[in-house]
Amino acid sequence: MSSATTAAGSIEGIRSAIAKGETTATAVTEIYQARIAGEDEKIHAFLSTDRNYALEQAARIDAMAAKSEALPKLAGVPFGIKDVLTLEGFAATAGSKILEGYKPPYTATAVKKLADAGAVFLGKLNCDEFAMGSSNENSAYGPVHNPHALDRVSGGSSGGSAAAVAAGMAVATLGTDTGGSIRQPASFCGVVGVLPTYGRVSRYGLIAFASSLDRIGPFAATVRDVATVLGVIAGHDVMDATSSPLPVPDYMETIDRGVKGMKLGVPREYFAEGLDQEVRTAVEGGIEKLRAAGAEIKSISLPHTRYAIPAYYVIATAEASSNLARFDGVRYGLRAPHSDTLAAMYRKTRDLGFGAEVKRRILLGTYVLSHGYYDAYYKKAQQVRRLLTEDFLAAFREVDAILTPTAPTPAFKLGEKSDDPVAMYLADIYTVTASLAGICGVSVPCGKSCGGLPIGMQILGKHFDEATIFRVGQALESL
Amino acid sequence: MSETERVSHTDVERVAELANLELTPDEVAHMRRDLNAILDYVAQLSELNTASVEPMAQVSEVLVGTGEPVSEKLSVLRADEVRPCLDRERVMASAPETDGVFFKVPKVIER
Repeated sequence: MSSATTAAGSIEGIRSAIAKGETTATAVTEIYQARIAGEDEKIHAFLSTDRNYALEQAARIDAMAAKSEALPKLAGVPFGIKDVLTLEGFAATAGSKILEGYKPPYTATAVKKLADAGAVFLGKLNCDEFAMGSSNENSAYGPVHNPHALDRVSGGSSGGSAAAVAAGMAVATLGTDTGGSIRQPASFCGVVGVLPTYGRVSRYGLIAFASSLDRIGPFAATVRDVATVLGVIAGHDVMDATSSPLPVPDYMETIDRGVKGMKLGVPREYFAEGLDQEVRTAVEGGIEKLRAAGAEIKSISLPHTRYAIPAYYVIATAEASSNLARFDGVRYGLRAPHSDTLAAMYRKTRDLGFGAEVKRRILLGTYVLSHGYYDAYYKKAQQVRRLLTEDFLAAFREVDAILTPTAPTPAFKLGEKSDDPVAMYLADIYTVTASLAGICGVSVPCGKSCGGLPIGMQILGKHFDEATIFRVGQALESL
Repeated sequence: MSETERVSHTDVERVAELANLELTPDEVAHMRRDLNAILDYVAQLSELNTASVEPMAQVSEVLVGTGEPVSEKLSVLRADEVRPCLDRERVMASAPETDGVFFKVPKVIER
C-alpha cells in the first residue's frame, strides 16, 4: 500500500484504493494491526484484539473487489469499538472487572450497521469503567496515555477511541458520550468526535450508564469521515424505543457549502473564569477564521450554564444507580465465590467488581433518589435540565450553530485530578450542557498549546441538525 | 464544616445497604468526604427558583408541541407487540451458574 490517500487513511481514500485494486482490505488491515502491535504497548487504547476476525472481514471485502462488485461505504476501513458496545461473542468489559470474561450474545445496532457497511473491526477500546470518568483513569484495566504526550490523560471516558485514531491505530472508532465522553477526549487527542442528537443513533447494545443521556458517536481524523460514519450508524431501530424515526440526511450533500451567511453564536458564559488562556486564544482564533470566511458571529447568553454540572451529576448518577443494579452476579459476569446467602452474594460481587468511582456514583445516585431527598436533588435537577434546554432552544431561534471551547484546558497529567472528584467533574463543564439538552455537537481541532497539546472547538447544533455542525466543522478544518 | 455536613457516617452505611454495596470502614470515610464535597457543589441549584418549572426526564418531551418540525414524529409510540427475544441457550452461556434452564443462586430463604 503505497498511495498517498491510503497512507493518510481517509475512509473514501481506503475504499476507492481497494475498489481500484491499488491495495487490498487485507493489506490495509495488516498495516493497522502492525501499528497496534508497535504503538499500543505505550498508549493502551485497545483492551482486546482479534487478528483473524479482522482478516476474515477484510477477506470478504477483497472477494467483492476481485469480482468488481460495488463496495459498501466503509469497505475495508479499520475500526475500533469502545468496550461498552457489544459485538456478539467478543468480550465487552465496559472497562470493569465485574464484566471480565463476559461475551455478549448479541451485537449493538450501531456496530452491526458498521459491519454491514464493510468495516473491519480491529478490536475493542479502553474506556473509563462504565463510561464514568473524564480521564480514562477509572478503567479497571489501566489508563490510556495521550499519544501527544504519554504522561498526560487521553480524556474520557472514550479515551481509547480518541487515542486509537490520534495514534493512527484505527481510521475511525465508535465511542459513547453521556456528559462529554466523546467530545472531551477528541479535544485532548486532537481528533474529531461527534455527539449525535439524542435519538439519532440506536442505543441497543450499549451497556447503559445514564439512559436519558447516553449516546453513541464516531471519532475520526476529519469532519468528513465522522459525517460518513454517522450517516451509516444513524436511523430508527425497533430495538431502541427512544431512537428517532426522522430520516437521516445525506451529510455529504451539504458538508462543503461553507459558512457564508450563517449566524454563529458565541455564548459569553463559556469564555468566563476557569478557561485556560491558551485554549481561549485558540478557540477565539478559530472563531475569527469562521468570521473571515463569511459567518456572522453573534455574542449570545446561555444563562443557566453554571448549573449544568451540578444538575448533570445528580441526574446521571441517579440513572446510573438504577442501571447498574443489574450487575449482581446472577446472569452474567463476575460472581463472588463462597456466599451463604443471595444478599451476601450480591454485596460481595459488587464490592469485588466495581471500582471506586463507580461505587461513588452509585452511592450518590442512590442518595439523591432516597426518601426525603428526591425533591431537593433529583426533581430539582430535572427542573434545571428544562431551563438549560430552553436556553438552547431560545438561542437556536437566533443562530444556526454555537461555538465554544470543548474543554477548559488541554490534556492534564495522569494522576493530577484523580483524588478530587469535583475537580475532575469540572473537566466536563462545557460539554454537559448539550448532553442535558439532547442537542448535537462536534469537537474539531482548532490549534495547539505552546507545549504541543491539541485544543478543540465545540460546535453545537439544533436537535437533528448534524448537517449544519458538519458544515461549520468542515469549514473550520479547511481554513 | 462538621455542623453543616450533609452526609453522615450512618447515611453512607444506609445508602450502601440500599445499593447492595459492601464498604470497608476506610471506604465509608472516603465516600463520606467525597459525597459531602459533591453535594456542597450541587447545593448551588437551590439558588434557582424552579417552583413553576416542570421536571424534564427525556429530551423528546421538550420537543413535542414546540411546533419544531421534528416534534410531531417524536411523540409517536411504537405498537405494543410480541417480538422474538434472544435464544435461551446463548443467554445461559454467560451465566456464572446455571442448570441450563434457570439461573442458580445461593439459597434465598432458610428452611
